[in-house]
Amino acid sequence: MATVEEEKAGMVLLDFWVSPFGQRCRIALAEKGLQYEYREEDLVNSKSELLLRSNPVHKKIPVLLHHGRPVCESLVILDYLDEAFPDTPQLLPAPAYARARARFWADYVDKKVYECGSRLWKLKGELQAQARAEMVEILGTLEAELGEKDWFGGDSFGLVDVALAPFTAWFYSYEKYGEFSVDKVCPTLAAWARRCGERDSVAKHLTPPEKVYAFIDVLKKKYGVE
Amino acid sequence: MGSPELVKVIATFDSPFSHRAEAALRLKGVPYELVLEDLRNKSDLLLTHNPVHKMVPVLLHGGRAVCESLVIVEYVDETFQGPPLLPADPHRRATARIWARFIDDKCTKPLWLALWTNGDAQEGFVKEIKENLALLEGQLNGKRFFGGDAVGYLDVAASPFAYWLEVLEEVSGVSLATADEYPDLCRWAKEYTSDDKVMKCLPDRAKLLAHFTAMKDRYITTARSTATNCLPA
Repeated sequence: MATVEEEKAGMVLLDFWVSPFGQRCRIALAEKGLQYEYREEDLVNSKSELLLRSNPVHKKIPVLLHHGRPVCESLVILDYLDEAFPDTPQLLPAPAYARARARFWADYVDKKVYECGSRLWKLKGELQAQARAEMVEILGTLEAELGEKDWFGGDSFGLVDVALAPFTAWFYSYEKYGEFSVDKVCPTLAAWARRCGERDSVAKHLTPPEKVYAFIDVLKKKYGVE
Repeated sequence: MGSPELVKVIATFDSPFSHRAEAALRLKGVPYELVLEDLRNKSDLLLTHNPVHKMVPVLLHGGRAVCESLVIVEYVDETFQGPPLLPADPHRRATARIWARFIDDKCTKPLWLALWTNGDAQEGFVKEIKENLALLEGQLNGKRFFGGDAVGYLDVAASPFAYWLEVLEEVSGVSLATADEYPDLCRWAKEYTSDDKVMKCLPDRAKLLAHFTAMKDRYITTARSTATNCLPA
C-alpha cells in the first residue's frame, strides 16, 4: 500500500497561486480525493526548469505531471483525471451526448470569460464599454444554460462547473471595472456562484476576490495600463 | 434493434472544420446527410441548433445537435462502432487533445493573418506560423500518421494543413510550408489526403481555388483590420 508521500510523488501540479486555470485542476483533484504535490511557479521572475521541460511549447501553467509524464491545458487535465482515475467521481457524465454538451460549454467558458474579462480591465472608453456589454451577454448565456439546475452538470458538480468556478473569484473585479452587478444581471448564476463557494474543494482553492482585484493592479502595471 | 438514428452534418463546402466532422463519420463508416449552408444567409436549421456561435459544422444525431468540430469528432468516436479515433491510453489521449488545441488556439489565426496581411505585421505572423508548424510536425516523429499507422483524431484535427493550406498558399502567393522545410508534414499531407475514406469528403480543389480567389479581397480587408486590432498577448 503506497504511503501518502509515495502517492503524492506520483502527481505534481505546476501552478500559479491566482490562476483560475490552475485552480480548475486543484478543485478537480480535491473533488476526486487525489493526492498530489503542489509546486508554485514564479511566473513573474523565472520559470522553473521543470516547467520549461514539461511544457516546452507554451511554457505555461498548469501542468500536471503523473509519474513524470506531463499533461498541459487545464481542460485536457480535467479529462485526463477522469480517464486515468475512473474509480473517482467523474466530472463528465457517461452518455456521449451529455459529454458533448459539457465539452461544448467548457470550451465556451474557455474561449469567452478570461479574454473578455481582460479587455474589461485593459481597455478604456468605447472598447471597455463593448467588453462590458459582451461580459454581460456571456454571463447571461451561461445563466440560460444553467437554467433551473443546481449545477451545470445537473445533479452533480461537473466539468463545466469546475471550468467556471474559479472565475467566480473574478466576478468582483469584473463588476468594479464594468460597473455592473452580477446579482442584478444574472441572479441565478450569482446563486450558483455562492453554491460553488460552499463546496470544500472550491472554498479551499479560490483566491479571495479582493486579492484577485489587487493582482489585476499588478498585471496592469506589467502591461503599462493606467 | 430499431433503425439507427439519422445523422446530418450542417457544413460549408470550403471549411476544413466542416471536413473534420465529415472525416470522423466516414472513418467510422457512419452514413450521413450533408446539409450545405450559405453563411451569408444562415438557415433556421443552423440558427436553431447552434444559437450560441451560429457557425458550422453542426452534427445532428436523431435531432440532437453537437457543435464545435473537435467536440463533434470526440462525440462520433464515443458514439459509433468502428476503428477508434483516439488511442486508449489516457496520456496518449491527452497528448492528442493538447496538440489539437494547439492547432485551433495557436495555428489557425496566425496562419490566416500570415496569408493576408502585409509588411512587418505579416513578417511576424509568418514567423509565428512557421515555428508552430515545425512544432506540430515534430509530433509526427517518423510515423505515417499522427495517430500511428491509421488516421486518427489528431490527423483529422490537422487536416487544414493537409489540403487547404496549399490552396491558400497558391491564392495568396505566400509560401509557408514547402516540402524542403517540412518534409514530414508534406509527406503526411499526401498520406492523409490519399486515405480512401478521407478523400471522399475533401472539397474539389478547382472549386476551392475559385472560391478562395473570389473571396481574396475580403480576406485581405478583414485580416488587415484584425491585425491592427490585435492586443498584445
